[in-house]
Order: sequence, then C-alpha cells, then structure tokens
Amino acid sequence: MSGSMAGPVLEVDDLRVQLRTPRGTAHVVNGLSYTVGPGETVAVVGESGSGKSVSVLALLGLLPPRVATVTGRALLEGEDLLAMSPERLRQVRGPGAGMVFQDPMTSLNPVLTVGKQIVEGLRAHADVSKEAARRRAAELLAEVGLPDPEGALDRYPHELSGGMRQRVVIAIALSNSPSLLIADEATTALDVTVQAQIIDLVEKLQADHGTGVIWITHDLGVVAGIADRVLVMYGGRCVEDGTVDDVLERPAHPYTRGLLGSLPDLAAPVGPDGELPDLTTVPGLPPAPTDLPTGCVFWPRCPVRGDARCETEQPPLVVVPRGQKGHFGPELPHRAATWCGG
Amino acid sequence: MVLAGVSVLVFSLIHLVKGDPVRRALGTRYSQEAYDALRARNGLDLPLVEQYFTWAGRALTGDLGVSFRSGEPVTTLIAERLPATLTLALAAIVLALLIAVPLGTISALRPRSVVDRIATVISQFGISVPDFWLAIVLILVFAGTLGWLPSGGYVPLTENPVEWAQRLILPAIATGVVSGSVLTRFVRSSVLEALGSDHVRTAQAKGLPTRQVFTWHVLRNALLPLVTVTGVQLAYLLSGVVVVEIVFSWPGLGQLALQAVEARDYPVLQGAVLLFALVFLVINLLVDLLYTRIDPRIRQ
Repeated sequence: MSGSMAGPVLEVDDLRVQLRTPRGTAHVVNGLSYTVGPGETVAVVGESGSGKSVSVLALLGLLPPRVATVTGRALLEGEDLLAMSPERLRQVRGPGAGMVFQDPMTSLNPVLTVGKQIVEGLRAHADVSKEAARRRAAELLAEVGLPDPEGALDRYPHELSGGMRQRVVIAIALSNSPSLLIADEATTALDVTVQAQIIDLVEKLQADHGTGVIWITHDLGVVAGIADRVLVMYGGRCVEDGTVDDVLERPAHPYTRGLLGSLPDLAAPVGPDGELPDLTTVPGLPPAPTDLPTGCVFWPRCPVRGDARCETEQPPLVVVPRGQKGHFGPELPHRAATWCGG
Repeated sequence: MVLAGVSVLVFSLIHLVKGDPVRRALGTRYSQEAYDALRARNGLDLPLVEQYFTWAGRALTGDLGVSFRSGEPVTTLIAERLPATLTLALAAIVLALLIAVPLGTISALRPRSVVDRIATVISQFGISVPDFWLAIVLILVFAGTLGWLPSGGYVPLTENPVEWAQRLILPAIATGVVSGSVLTRFVRSSVLEALGSDHVRTAQAKGLPTRQVFTWHVLRNALLPLVTVTGVQLAYLLSGVVVVEIVFSWPGLGQLALQAVEARDYPVLQGAVLLFALVFLVINLLVDLLYTRIDPRIRQ
C-alpha cells in the first residue's frame, strides 16, 4: 500500500511519445500522468497498441532515439529520467529501475551463461570482484527460487524452461535492488501455473524490499491478483485510474466496462439449455496512433456515445463521484476521462 | 558418400569431353604403334567402367595416377601447387574479413547514413564485378601505370618474405574483394538483427555501458554465424581462384587444372577436381566442428 510518509518512487507527468514511422508520426503516448508509491503496485492495462510498453520503455530511454521523441517529466526518486545525461541514465538503469520483459525465451542472451549475465549487471554498478559478484548472483538465483543456483550460473538460457528463464530475468532486474520494478507483460508468455508462481515471487520480493512496481498487462485476472491501483490506457491516454476495487467493481469509462464485459464470468447463471451467457466485445479496432480521432479517443467505438462533445472535445480525467463504500482516502481518487460516465 | 558421387561425376564429365589425350601427348606426327602403346600404358583402352574403378580404387589409397603429359605422379603435382593456392585463398579471406567486419558493423550502426550508402554501393560493386576484370584493372593500374607492384608470379614466403608479400597483394585484392563484399552484406544484416533483439534491450536495461552492450551482446552474437559464411567463402576461394591465378600467373591449383584441361591430362584434372571437392567437404566439416565449440546452443 502507498506509504503516505515517503514521497512517490515514480512521478510521471504529461508523458508524451511520438514515433516516426513510414506512415507518418505516431502519437503513441499522449499526456500520461501517474505516480507509483514505495511498495505499491500499479497495473497498467489496455489492448495491444494502447501505448503501455512504449510508455515504460520511454521512461528508461530504451526507445531508439532516431525514431522516438519523448517529452514530459518522469521523476524517479525526485530525479527527472527524461532530462538525464546518457551516463546518468545508465547508472539509474539497474539500481534505480529494473525491468522484466515479456518473452523470457528471447530476453536473455543465448550465447552467454546465466551467471555472466547477472554478474555483468552487478559489476556495471558496483566495484565488486568477479568472485563476489558470482556469489551474489547465486544468492539472487536462490532468492527467485531457482533450484541448484550454483549450478545454474554455468547454464545457458536454452538449458532452462521459460519459467526458470523469467526467474533469471527477474533476478537480473532485482540484482541492484531497484526502487522501481517494471514488469512489461512479464507473465504473458508463461503458462498459468508458472504465471501464478512468478506473481507470488514478485509480491514476496516487493514485500521484502519495498519496491514500487509497474505491472503492465492485458490480463485483468492478473490485475485483480497483484495490483493496488489500476491505470487503463487507450489510444496512448489514461482513460481511467483508481484502486483495483473502484476500477474493476465500479468501472466508470465505457472502455473499461467493455474490457470487463469481455471476460467470462464464472459466477454468471447458466441459461436454460446449459448455454453460457455470451461474452460482450468491444466492437471495432483501437485507433491508429498515426491517425487519432479528435475529441474522446474512444468515441468511434463507444457504445454509449451521445454527448455533443464526444467527437470534438477531449474529456479530462475527472474524479468519479464516489459511492458510499469508498474506503480509500482522498489521495487515491477514482478518475475517468469520459463525457459519458455515470 | 559425397566424395564418391563427385568422383563419378568428375570422371564421367571428363571422359565425355571431346579430344583424345593420347593424340595430344604425341603431337602431330606419330605411328599407330606408338599411339596404341601409350593408350594401353595409361589404361585408356579398357572399358570406361573398369577405368573408373581402377582409378577410384587407387585414389582411395592416395594414388591419383601419373600425368599423361609429364609422367609425374598427380599427388606430387598437386602438392607442389597447393601452397600457392592456400596462400592466396587465406590472404583473400583475411582481407575480406578486414573489410567486412568494420564496414558491415558501421553500416549496421548507422543504417541509411552516408557511410551505409557508400558501403552498400561498394559492396554491390564488389559482388557484381567479375574477379578477372578486377584483376586486369589492378594490374593495369598498380603494376602498369603506377608501377608499384609486380604484375604476377609467386615467390615462397621462405625464400623472400618482402617479394612474397608484394606479389601477393594484387591477387589477394582481386579475389578478396568479392568475398569481402558478400561478407560485408552479411555482417551488416547480422549486426542489424542482433541490435534489434530483445536481449540487447535487457542488457541496456541493466545499465551496462554502451561499449559492453555492443561487444558482448551485439557483436559477439552477430559474428557467430559469420564463421559459417566465412568457411563457405574460403572453400569457394580455394576452388574458385582459377581465373585469377591465370591472370596473375599464380602457380596454384587453378592453373594446374586449366593446363590439364587444355592437355586433356585426365589424371591431373581428375585429381585436382577431386581435391577441390575434398577441400569443400573438409572445410564444411571443420566449420561445423568449430561452431559446436563456439555456440553453446549446439554444444552438448
């Protein structure tokens, strides 16, 4: 939960990312603002192409500079990531923010041993001997639950299963005790049992170290399991944010409602012929970032559009009127950007 | 297996070619007795199948027969010529790598930049231009007009290292440029591919210095497949330097093979072609073995 004493680990303010593409400038992230407190998990959800991954890659300067233009402010423990020198940014990658990527089959170097890949990360930030770094690497592998951590140091990624590789990637991300951990679809490529293990692992490590976590996913089941707060992205904008309970139980944005409606509800009553209730879908496709609609980004697909401003004016994020059950303090408002809420 | 197939093919093709080696060897004026005697001595009067098995059987024991023309054992002739060809091929491949690795890497690091475009044009040129044409141009310019280097010939390294090097430069360029161009294109795409791979992003995300990311996560991965392609190029050079050897009067296997064709000197030609095939196989085997040593994914 968010500690009210210490300041936020990460404070993103009006983050915008434009990518130059052959089809014109793609406005991938358009004015994203959020904070992550110490020990807090913020889930970022949205469809493919909603700008989730790009928004975090931009924070750490991992987008190709020839293609990407990043503006805004992103304070990591008070220091602006977007204004840093390349060398300072390098120092922050690792000890400041660690990152776990989507596909453990490709995110490790296939021709270097696991040990080498952890050790080089440790030695890039601390003046430690190879032997000491190796011992620390074995400890890290033990911490993320890899059997035979000593032996695993000399294994190559292809000798490990997907789940084990993702543990190695997590060990690398945590090796410099970052204050922020970014998990970009970290469990998407894994099967469900392994997914649950990885989530447990991150929660445990987070509890032990007080790390702030950004968990990017399109899996709302994962969100319910891991997040304190949820940020729903659509067309590169935050269309709704709030606590998990608020957003998942009382969604205010038509898009969020559509997302939740597209999940099977195991508790729903079965029809007279044993039929399951139909899943709702959100009709249409997400907008192309090279050609975003004016007004509300969601209006072309919106099932309830009806306000005159939908097509012309972009709705601001405003606090959703709270039901009587709202039990979080005013520092955790539930907001949505829509003309058609309520 | 492959070698056996090649031997049959070589043998049949050579014997299909018109022209009588005996008549060639005897010149214009000879008696029928002399003709028959020479024919019998070389076994050319026997049925073709029998000739093949006799030859192939001896070849297995390392005996490739004797030259019709000089009467010397083919193995001796080949052994005499091998060092020159090896020298040229190795020099060419080293030169090719010296061009390809830096040029391909720079191109990949700055795609569509001026350097990349220039490199593309040069390597396109290198791939397209025939090596004998390049050889002649090099001779005209550096041996002729400028007079900096000798136009041909070969001196063993042990005899005179300076002259060895001087005489090696032009033929090495003529043969190396083509391979260098092919390898440049390969290095460029290989480095580009490595640059875009997920593990490079992981390496950056853990805060490695740029140089370290490049050496350990881009270049190392990109150059692994280069071993295979270099091996193929080397095999190609060893067996493909025929024309360049002739332009530079380089006393190598290519020249030997060509002379053998002209003289219908079957044993020498068969021996040379068989050796080319053997070289190709051996190099491919070596590359495969080497690859299992350097790529942990293949190592067991």
